[in-house]
Amino acid sequence: MSTLAGKAQLATSTGAAITVFVLLLALAAMVWAGVPLVLVVLAGLGASGFVVGRARAQALADGRPRVLHSLPHFHGWYLALMVFLPAFFVWVALSIAQDPVTRTLVLNGLEERLHGAGALAPSATFSPQATNFYYDEVQRAAHGESLVVERVERVGVLGDAVDRGPLIRQIREDAGRYERLWFIGDGLRLVLPLALAGFAFSFAARRLATDFRARNRVEQWVVYALIAAATISILTTLGIVFAVLFETLRFFGKVPATEFLFGLQWSPQTALRADQVAASGAFGAVPLFVGTILISLIAMLVAGPIGLFSAIFLSEFASSRFRSWAKPLMEILAGVPTIVYGFFAAFTVAPFIRDLGDLVGLDVAAKSALAAGVVMGTMIIPFVSSLADDAISAVPRSLRNASLGLGATRGETMTQVLLPAALPGVIAGFLLAVSRAIVVMAAGLAANLTVNPLQAVTTVTVQIVTLLTGDQEFDSAKTLSAFALGFVLFVATLLLNVLALYIMQKYREKYD
Amino acid sequence: MSEAPQTSTAPRAPAPQVAHAPIEGPRDAKMRTRAVNLWYGDKQALFDVDLDVNRHEVTALIGPSGCGKSTYLRCLNRMNDTIDICRTEGEIYLDDRDIYDPDVDVVEIRARVGMVFQQPNPFPKSVYDNVAYGPRIHGLVNTKAELDELVEQSLTRAALWNEVKDRLGDPGNGLSGGQQQRLCIARTIAVGPEVILMDEPASALDPVATAHIEELIDELRRDYTICIVTHSMQQAARVSQRTAFFHLGRLIEVGETNDLFTNPQQQMTQDYITGRFG
Repeated sequence: MSTLAGKAQLATSTGAAITVFVLLLALAAMVWAGVPLVLVVLAGLGASGFVVGRARAQALADGRPRVLHSLPHFHGWYLALMVFLPAFFVWVALSIAQDPVTRTLVLNGLEERLHGAGALAPSATFSPQATNFYYDEVQRAAHGESLVVERVERVGVLGDAVDRGPLIRQIREDAGRYERLWFIGDGLRLVLPLALAGFAFSFAARRLATDFRARNRVEQWVVYALIAAATISILTTLGIVFAVLFETLRFFGKVPATEFLFGLQWSPQTALRADQVAASGAFGAVPLFVGTILISLIAMLVAGPIGLFSAIFLSEFASSRFRSWAKPLMEILAGVPTIVYGFFAAFTVAPFIRDLGDLVGLDVAAKSALAAGVVMGTMIIPFVSSLADDAISAVPRSLRNASLGLGATRGETMTQVLLPAALPGVIAGFLLAVSRAIVVMAAGLAANLTVNPLQAVTTVTVQIVTLLTGDQEFDSAKTLSAFALGFVLFVATLLLNVLALYIMQKYREKYD
Repeated sequence: MSEAPQTSTAPRAPAPQVAHAPIEGPRDAKMRTRAVNLWYGDKQALFDVDLDVNRHEVTALIGPSGCGKSTYLRCLNRMNDTIDICRTEGEIYLDDRDIYDPDVDVVEIRARVGMVFQQPNPFPKSVYDNVAYGPRIHGLVNTKAELDELVEQSLTRAALWNEVKDRLGDPGNGLSGGQQQRLCIARTIAVGPEVILMDEPASALDPVATAHIEELIDELRRDYTICIVTHSMQQAARVSQRTAFFHLGRLIEVGETNDLFTNPQQQMTQDYITGRFG
């Protein structure tokens, strides 16, 4: 086999040399990045598997490519995957199992041994916490660190039923066992994958033949990889949703859901001690919802017309030269970090609006809903504009020509033909933009229940940040309420997205 | 999609200065073009085209793909204006008016010179609204009753009324391909044009629908002036009175359809119609 591979490599010796060089470089980079040596070796074996498999297939074809069922590089991939993947999974499994297995073996029969060594009073038992502590001590001893029981007279988790002297001896003894077991484990992690890779190499290399269906097998592996990727993304999403959901349910255990959803008073202070002033917090989230909706509405009033009009201008009226630099420029707005908009709202727009209010004799709050809404609207203009532009540009050129050919002006064509045809896309884009923009930080903190845009209101997101800032106990109603708010936000955003998708689906084929 | 009058950049000299046939009296010509040159960017697509489109006749434009016949057709109602890089020179007269004159309103030209496209392109509106679109934007009617009548009249002229009279509210793009194309013709007629330009109107249709459209074209000739681009020489022979043969952006030969097909004056025309190239 090696002579066949050698023959094939001779034919393309420069290419092969470059490939080998790049490969070695990649392997060196892996070592440098701290990848375990076994994996580097496995990767190297896999790569050589590819080269050998391809060369073998070329040798089998012997200049007649049509006799091969699969192209040579599929044979290469098949060999590479067979060498690398099973060994890699074995390595991962062993790595995961090493600690629990070692732990079980080290701690096996611990209580009897402690009783026997006189480290533990005859009738006393060892609590799980004490066992954890014991195992930590064993690991410390094995790594040559000083033991806590040597430094501290009395360790709380161990209780009073222990004798330190025999206990330390027992720990040292178990540390020896731990080291031996760990050494064996390391050996297995090294030997098993490499042995498996070697076996797979010879097994797979022997299967290569002209009629071997390497392509089908490789493609099957690719499908598995795609399934894995999809599963991960779905599971992550589900995991987040359920995590938030469970915390929300815990919150509803402390505060009734009806009070949270319909209460008009929001002041999430819970007392640390029962006798403190203002001991009971109020968790009525309506002021937050109203504030969020108010700011979002203002934002929509700003972003809707401006975004739509700019999209109309860019897609139909601007010269292509203007469009070629104006559109990217406007999309840069979308790249500005949200927090910068927050600063902008707090330090520029809000004072400006307050001064303006003073001029006409209106009393405007320092962080008015108007300022926050205007800035948030500015923030989503690029989204609205870009999505609306896409929707308008997606209307077939033939409809445009039909309208223009009938003597309609460009304005009439826009309002009578293009906008109606693009409307689903425009609305959907708008809703998507709004669901994005709900994450606004620029609002105030005071939970006023008002729809007056000149007053300060607060939003769900701002409150979540406030609730989770600083040292908090993680099971107080105050902290948990953040999860409930997050959950509501999640549901609202989800509904907006579903609505947007529904509109898009329902009207999408209209002009097809 | 700029429609600025960038098309007539060259100073507009009076017609006879050019070494082409001088424009004579009205004769029978509804549209006359003289020395039309057209560029897409740097690439010249039309070279010195002189052609008359006669009143109440069907003029067919034939020629191999890329010969400029569609481009020429699109000059006649300034649809080329919608292409940014397109530049037109020369004179194109509708009756006695140069349609590329800066004073001319392109919207008025397109209302007088209607167009039917290769692919049926009804609006995603009802059959009724498709036909009513032109009259509405041009304010041709005042009452709903007048509009109803105009819609019926247009659909009848397009030989579609009987098929759609019971479903005027259905979406226009739900009709069959041939019906859609007749709907587009009805939509064009409803504006009351004087000239109808057709860009391969039957090329996306089956033989039966094609026969329908061809009959219709012959009918329409009585009221309108028609200029049609076609790939099918049989179609040109069937529907047209005059035929113009284009090749590589030049008008090679124009004449009575019968003469052109039976006794072409140019070798190139002879080669094309006998299928030796193209």
